[in-house]
Amino acid sequence: MSTDTPAPAASTPDRYLAVQRSDEFAGLRRALRGFVFPMTVAFFLWYALYVILSAYARDFMGTKLFGNINVALIFGLLQFVSTFLIAWLYSRHADRKIDPVADRIRDEIGEVTHGSDPRG
Amino acid sequence: MDQILAAEAGSTTARNLTITLFLIFVAVTLAITIWASRQTKTATDFYAGGRSFSGFQNGMAIGGDYMSAASFLGIAGLIALYGYDGFLYSIGFLVAWLVALLLVAELLRNSGRYTMADVLAFRMRQRPVRTAAAVSTITVSIFYLLAQMVGAGALVALLLGIKPGTTFLGMDADAAKIATIILVGALMIIYVTVGGMKGTTYVQIVKAFLLMGGAVIMTLLVLAKYKFNLSSLLGDAAASSGKGAAFLEPGLRYGVEVAGNSTQTFYNKMDLLSLGIALVLGTAGLPHILIRFYTVPTAKAARKSVLWAIGIIGTFYLLTLALGFGAAALVGGEAITAQDRAGNTAAPQLAQVLGVDFLGGDLGGATLLAIIAAVAFATILAVVAGLTLASSSSLAHDFYANVLKKGEASERQEVRVARISALVIGAVSIALSIFAQNLNVAFLVALAFAVAASGNLPAILYSLFWKRFNTSGAVWAIYGGLLAAVVLVFFSPVVSGAPTAMFPDHDWQWFPLSNPGLISIPFGFLCGWIGTLISKERDDEKYAELEVRALTGAGAH
Repeated sequence: MSTDTPAPAASTPDRYLAVQRSDEFAGLRRALRGFVFPMTVAFFLWYALYVILSAYARDFMGTKLFGNINVALIFGLLQFVSTFLIAWLYSRHADRKIDPVADRIRDEIGEVTHGSDPRG
Repeated sequence: MDQILAAEAGSTTARNLTITLFLIFVAVTLAITIWASRQTKTATDFYAGGRSFSGFQNGMAIGGDYMSAASFLGIAGLIALYGYDGFLYSIGFLVAWLVALLLVAELLRNSGRYTMADVLAFRMRQRPVRTAAAVSTITVSIFYLLAQMVGAGALVALLLGIKPGTTFLGMDADAAKIATIILVGALMIIYVTVGGMKGTTYVQIVKAFLLMGGAVIMTLLVLAKYKFNLSSLLGDAAASSGKGAAFLEPGLRYGVEVAGNSTQTFYNKMDLLSLGIALVLGTAGLPHILIRFYTVPTAKAARKSVLWAIGIIGTFYLLTLALGFGAAALVGGEAITAQDRAGNTAAPQLAQVLGVDFLGGDLGGATLLAIIAAVAFATILAVVAGLTLASSSSLAHDFYANVLKKGEASERQEVRVARISALVIGAVSIALSIFAQNLNVAFLVALAFAVAASGNLPAILYSLFWKRFNTSGAVWAIYGGLLAAVVLVFFSPVVSGAPTAMFPDHDWQWFPLSNPGLISIPFGFLCGWIGTLISKERDDEKYAELEVRALTGAGAH
């Protein structure tokens, strides 16, 4: 009851291997990894740059831009902006490029997913 | 004299109002919990709320689970006392959600069932991997749990205004602390054992709305006071901090430059980088956050919940900026440190000042203070319930059902054990918190994040993306990262060899950084890699199943 190998009899391991080796699945994997890996590297470097500047470029970060608003504050707020932006870009990419392919392959495998609550 | 009397009357009003509001919150959440218990019949109901929550509901619950008292009171306090450096925390805590969104949430939702270990053990030998995952889940959750409960104890005296020499219901400040820890512990045990994931989720949703409501009102009041001119708020904060422009720049708290001591300066800067990396990589390894992704029906809903969570958490951290600088400007550093040296009461104190200004007089101050204090307690309760659920799920599902019973336990037995586990873990946490009352809260949270980032995250990422990864790799990654984090902290200045250490009079410190992440996170990844290569085990068929299921949702629970 509590193990995690509920693979129905209809889909033997061979079936999954065949799907994994199909061109369609390779395309899905490319669509996912081609977006998330570069994006992860990008936001991590962007964040690292912010932390490193906070540690080592104090004069630059302290430069006042207008009133009491300095570079450090703007840089920090830009981290919020980039986070919101990447989240939005990913959601758009997933809606267009990932979900349709994933749905199609799932249907081909022919399994009914549990709890297909329409409120998703 | 009149003023003192008025202030005394104000503090009594505040105390009564805080207690009333808190009791209302408790009554409402208990009613929800009892309702939820009637809907909880299967293991899926108990562990995953029947997977029936919408993306929006789960997003709010994630916010309620994540925005702990450390975020609300801690970050506002850090900003109030050290200015800009408190903001570094908010940014790390927010950016971290991209790791969860891009790499973890959907794949975990598709391939797992109830716990983090479901994914880690998917293609591995069950017993060693689940044991390791249970050990690390419980370690992370207990550190985090202690932080919240000790924090609750420390706050109660301040929030209820129990001063040295005075008593409340016959309790002095120390007794009130212990009573609070026991009360918080008892409530979290009830939420989890009775309401399971459904009850816990609704508690977290209610709390998220209360916390956001409180933060929005206070932010609007602060900004109104400065005619919505951020620059003049910052200027005022910098002026009353007595530190001038430096208050608005990084460097007062983290990466401090010590004149004439280049070694210490170097270590301080490394410590800042270490904190930064632990914050950003820790979130996606926190078990109580990961199990929230199982409460929605599909991967798409899991994605939506993270998007909502990023929205609410990001907004909240922007608000804490106004709260922190507002407290610095309107309350002032001296008044804050006089109440609490760590600055944890900055937000409630700000509420009092704003209440006096906007609602009128001491009564107004007392009212707003009471509201914010009650919100702070609600915050703590929602977070500890999530942590208790995560650790009891792991104990029951991973350790009891899959290690001890080798997968032969019935669903009913498993849920019963989960409930008993929640009781035991709750009781243990209460006892530990009473002993650990003097531990530094920030230290416990940092340790939880470091263990999550060093032990759990490498194992999760390798599991999901690396075909060759195997049992030995998973076990090495978890234990290696966990041990590295714990050992380095033990020999760090946080524990000994510094005036602010846990044992200030002893010195066995040799690791110079307070946060181990810079070393322990790469070490965890390295361990997972070495552990994998030294074992011949390799199961391409199982990886095919995991990958296909994770990416498409085929066969998802």
